[in-house]
Amino acid sequence: MSFNIHEYQSKAIFKKYGIPFNEGGVADSPEQAFEIAKRLSEAGYTFAVKAQVHAGGRGKGGGIKLVKTPEEVRAAAAQILGKRLVTPQTGPEGQPVQKVLIEKTTPLGSEYYVSVILDRSAEAPCLIVSPAGGMEIEEVAHTSPEKIFKHHFSMDQGLLEPEAQKMAERLGLNPAQTATCARIFRAITQLFLELDVMLVEINPLALRVSGDIIAIDAKISFDANALYRHPEIAAMRDIAQEDPREVEAKKFDLSYVGLDGSIGCVVNGAGLAMATMDIIKYAGGEPANFLDVGGGASKEKVAAAFKIILTDPKVKAILVNIFGGIMRCDVVAEGILAAIKDLGVKVPLVVRLEGTNVDQGKEILKKSGLNIITASGFAEAAEKVVASLR
Amino acid sequence: MSVLVNRDTKVIVQGITGTHGSFHTERMIEYGTKIVGGVTPGKGGQSVHGAPVFNSCKEAVQKTGATASVIYVPAPFAAAAIREAGEAGIQLIVCITEGVPTFDMVRVKEWLRQKKIVLIGPNCPGIISPGECKIGIMPGYIHKKGSMGLVSRSGTLTYEAVWQLTHLGLGQSTCIGIGGGPIVGTTFVDALRLFEADPETRAIIMIGEIGGNAEEEAAAFIEKNVTKPVVAFIAGSNAPAGKRMGHAGAIISGGTGKASSKIERLQKAGGFMAPSPALIGQTMEKIFSTRHARR
Repeated sequence: MSFNIHEYQSKAIFKKYGIPFNEGGVADSPEQAFEIAKRLSEAGYTFAVKAQVHAGGRGKGGGIKLVKTPEEVRAAAAQILGKRLVTPQTGPEGQPVQKVLIEKTTPLGSEYYVSVILDRSAEAPCLIVSPAGGMEIEEVAHTSPEKIFKHHFSMDQGLLEPEAQKMAERLGLNPAQTATCARIFRAITQLFLELDVMLVEINPLALRVSGDIIAIDAKISFDANALYRHPEIAAMRDIAQEDPREVEAKKFDLSYVGLDGSIGCVVNGAGLAMATMDIIKYAGGEPANFLDVGGGASKEKVAAAFKIILTDPKVKAILVNIFGGIMRCDVVAEGILAAIKDLGVKVPLVVRLEGTNVDQGKEILKKSGLNIITASGFAEAAEKVVASLR
Repeated sequence: MSVLVNRDTKVIVQGITGTHGSFHTERMIEYGTKIVGGVTPGKGGQSVHGAPVFNSCKEAVQKTGATASVIYVPAPFAAAAIREAGEAGIQLIVCITEGVPTFDMVRVKEWLRQKKIVLIGPNCPGIISPGECKIGIMPGYIHKKGSMGLVSRSGTLTYEAVWQLTHLGLGQSTCIGIGGGPIVGTTFVDALRLFEADPETRAIIMIGEIGGNAEEEAAAFIEKNVTKPVVAFIAGSNAPAGKRMGHAGAIISGGTGKASSKIERLQKAGGFMAPSPALIGQTMEKIFSTRHARR
């Protein structure tokens, strides 16, 4: 799982590593945006007002405005702030904009692409650069792969100077600019390795008409499993950017993704949870969510998971599909009962239990006297829950 | 026969005194696995379900002659536990722990490269050769000894598939849960190679998920090197694009990693796709019986 931060936070990290970017400031009101712009004002410069959301494609969604005066900055900020920004990378409901980043800009010459990712096949980190920046890089990779340069480097040694130099030369710049790019490449790879980063991307890295090299955008995703090593990054979390149901789920260390269907699912294991969504569709229904209670969950955790489903107004029927391994069926049964005791259940509930301590689990549900539809197989469970909606 | 583990495999449990370690030690012993000891630093001298606890893997290996280890320690310590087992001479390391930082695993894989150690996991259910040896957290009773080799990225979906096979009378030689993380020890290709070489394994079930390209790599390997029938299922056909579905591995990015592209690639390689997760067993039964009828 990855952990995302805003552009302005990514740039604060860039600053520590000496990666150049446009001077700017963050505002949460149009007035503050105006003040920042006034402070940044300088002859020959204009302004960019950029919505701070955890999603790409902001330009396409109208989340980036290029304007000339502090007054226009105020107007642009008023347009963006407090709205939900819909981009090709968000759902139709969009992401809330609570902050804008105001930067002073100058005309750009050429635009380049730089990123560092972990290449899962090679099991090594990889620096990717391209002279075709500023565009959809996936499209570039598809239509003109010769314009994408990749270089794997060692986890222990990082990106060495000659490696950085060679990659920088791919961009076709003059020697001084090439040296600057090489330095940026080393900084970005160092940042990647030191902070347990899954993706760091500069798109575009730009050559100003003045000849300077500068990071226009900054995007960093971290390994959520390694956040315990980086409390300063964990503190950058912005809950407003997350689905409230997912936030609630995270409190209990549950893996939850909200969807648009009507069948609430409580499953253990990500693979089985995805397969449960698949089989609900196969049976003619639509899942309301993906919910993996994980391995070795406590009764309280199962109850919390069940409550998230019970309180979702979209949910018209519930399917519990548990194949116990590390998870014990008796614990699941107790968790379900605890949640129902608190909230009641007004929709049909189909339960399929199998695996570790299955007999104890079934016994607990049977003794409860609740109206639970039981199913012995996977397909049967899906068919029963879909039928219960009719 | 089976792959990697059998009735003679001597196993130690790292993290044996923890809740999960202790619970599953008992289950493994019940199943008949030779649990010869456990390791929890500072708790040497105790015993858990009759298994002696040692302070280090080195000591445990010296005193018990264990060749395999299973790890239940918390995520921040898992990578160190893997190395400790390897350095103590353990040949097969099964890491159950979920949530291990990805870079820890990259470094572990770098360290493993020069060695003959087999690592399964992390974030996996483990490995079982039915009727002989169970190392991990899978419920034992759903398995049946036989000739199906099963390899999967998922935990509980593996149990589902095994249960279907067992119901149809299709027993298993060995089932390997390789784990759902982006970086895992044993890969699909490694497991396919083992099953292809194992005379007892007559057909292979492979369960993949959306995200990454491990299934595509497996397909390329199947095309060239696997003569046994392969039945496959890819979970996540209905996952919305761009949404994370729990497993670090299950992220759809760009054009690769989608269920449709994996399915297409596996079919091209000669794999038989189960159309629904409830039909994994039946798909195998059909193919297996047709093959037999032909002979």
